[in-house]
Amino acid sequence: MSLEPLLGKTLTELQQIVTNLGLPKFAGKQIAQWLYQKDITEIEQMTNLSKVAREKLSQNYCFGTSAHSKVDTSVDGTKKYLYPTSNDNFIESAYIPDKERATLCVSSQVGCKMGCLFCMTARMGFNGHLSAGDIINQVRSLPERQNLTNIVYMGMGEPLDNLEQVLKSIEIFTADWGFAMSPRRITLSTIGIIPAMKEFLERSQAHLAVSLHSPFEQERKQMMPIESVYSFKQVLEVIRDFDFGLQRRVSFEYIMFDGVNDSSKHAMELVKVLKGIKCRMNLIKFHPIPDSPLKGTPFNKMVEFEQILKKNGIMTTIRSSRGEDIFAACGLLSTKEKSKK
Amino acid sequence: MKFRKTTIINNQLIAPGVYLLYFNRWFDFIPGQVVSIRINSEMAGRLYSICSSNKSKVVQILYKVREEGLLTPLLSNLKKGDVVEVSEPFGDFIHQNNQSVFIATGTGIAPFMSMILSGQKLPEMVIYGISYNKYLHFNKTIVDVIGSSNFIKCVTKELVNGTFNGRVTDYINSINNLKNIKYYLCGNPNMVVDTRDLLIKKGVSFNNIMSEIYF
Repeated sequence: MSLEPLLGKTLTELQQIVTNLGLPKFAGKQIAQWLYQKDITEIEQMTNLSKVAREKLSQNYCFGTSAHSKVDTSVDGTKKYLYPTSNDNFIESAYIPDKERATLCVSSQVGCKMGCLFCMTARMGFNGHLSAGDIINQVRSLPERQNLTNIVYMGMGEPLDNLEQVLKSIEIFTADWGFAMSPRRITLSTIGIIPAMKEFLERSQAHLAVSLHSPFEQERKQMMPIESVYSFKQVLEVIRDFDFGLQRRVSFEYIMFDGVNDSSKHAMELVKVLKGIKCRMNLIKFHPIPDSPLKGTPFNKMVEFEQILKKNGIMTTIRSSRGEDIFAACGLLSTKEKSKK
Repeated sequence: MKFRKTTIINNQLIAPGVYLLYFNRWFDFIPGQVVSIRINSEMAGRLYSICSSNKSKVVQILYKVREEGLLTPLLSNLKKGDVVEVSEPFGDFIHQNNQSVFIATGTGIAPFMSMILSGQKLPEMVIYGISYNKYLHFNKTIVDVIGSSNFIKCVTKELVNGTFNGRVTDYINSINNLKNIKYYLCGNPNMVVDTRDLLIKKGVSFNNIMSEIYF
């Protein structure tokens, strides 16, 4: 009989487990602290639980962490960790240190269903959702965990297509019995699945990033099939109607493709469609993927584009490209690894 | 999204695990659009392409039961007179009345049936991928409208006379000189992504490929 992982359980779930085992309710919180705040990896190491309690737990449960199977390190310090999954696939997490900040880009699914033209993960196909435990493990098993300041759900998969597990993982990252991170240190990036995006906004305090990539519906539809179902204009309406308060942030991701979405016309249309939304715009260099019809915009053209947006009041940054030498764009490494098999 | 309580008038099993759900039409729609369906307001809706003509008084929804799914096992138990909640139609997977090819797998044929039955400009070809011949839906209707030589049935798991044995991508790979016209793709994400990549490789511009993904 396979043992059920404790990692990924909320405090309520842990309290239910200990109650069912006839243990005192406070043991639930003790287990949560071992899982999320200390550096052990075995139930046997939970030394403030009685021996009997540990034995009872071990009969049905395991701790639940699993170490990475591979790591690639870039010359710029970015590290890509690879975690194997049970069905012969891989998920990736990218650790990106940058001065005082260190960000982990986590995956939420094995592969992706969304089929974006520019995305290597789409080519893997969809092979399943990650559990909250699988998501948490990417942080819990990170060798640099103590340095981590930020988490972004921008790895493999569309997080809002796996809403419940993603929300559960955010709860664990932010709860005082969990990792006790500020939700302002967490950003979820989505292509804009509207019903799930509304739930995410209501049920969490984390930042929102929306992958935009074109301010023209027809063009966006050619790159992102989701546009046929949930248009970005509807996404923007939801954002306009939501009170983000003073601290919570919405940003837009804009990968720049040479001759496709990088004209001044595009920049001015962005200014128009984003009017009235307090936001940041991240311009992203395209990491080329094999056989793609898309090419990255030259840097000087990205700067021109950035200037137009800035002049028109949109806080814009060109996100520096990290880890290109280790295939750090999501999906590249795992696809490469899988193709070796 | 506005939902309305809607009475089921039929829930017909048309192939193992595959159903056509019927209800009276209470909205106008453009062929290719989807509706969200849920059993009640406690659950999240799931999206389904409308499969019927926009002139018909009855709406048909084609669905396949996914054992691990939240909604389809419940849908499959519905009977005439049961009530579900249906949203207004939405979405923009719309045929532009241009020269086109339709490519679908499984229940991804639904929006194309709606386009064909609604009298839109017919595609030059329909390429339909299925695992077994028993999942070949609407064969007669499609053959009657576009002719059997323009309806390519790609069957992957058995040999069937009059069909192509292999995947949709295998068939496309076998075609020389693909026309650079509009290609509409609908079905499972793996097929859509693989087919799109293949079409691009064979010279079709990416802006001539429109995709709808079932997720």
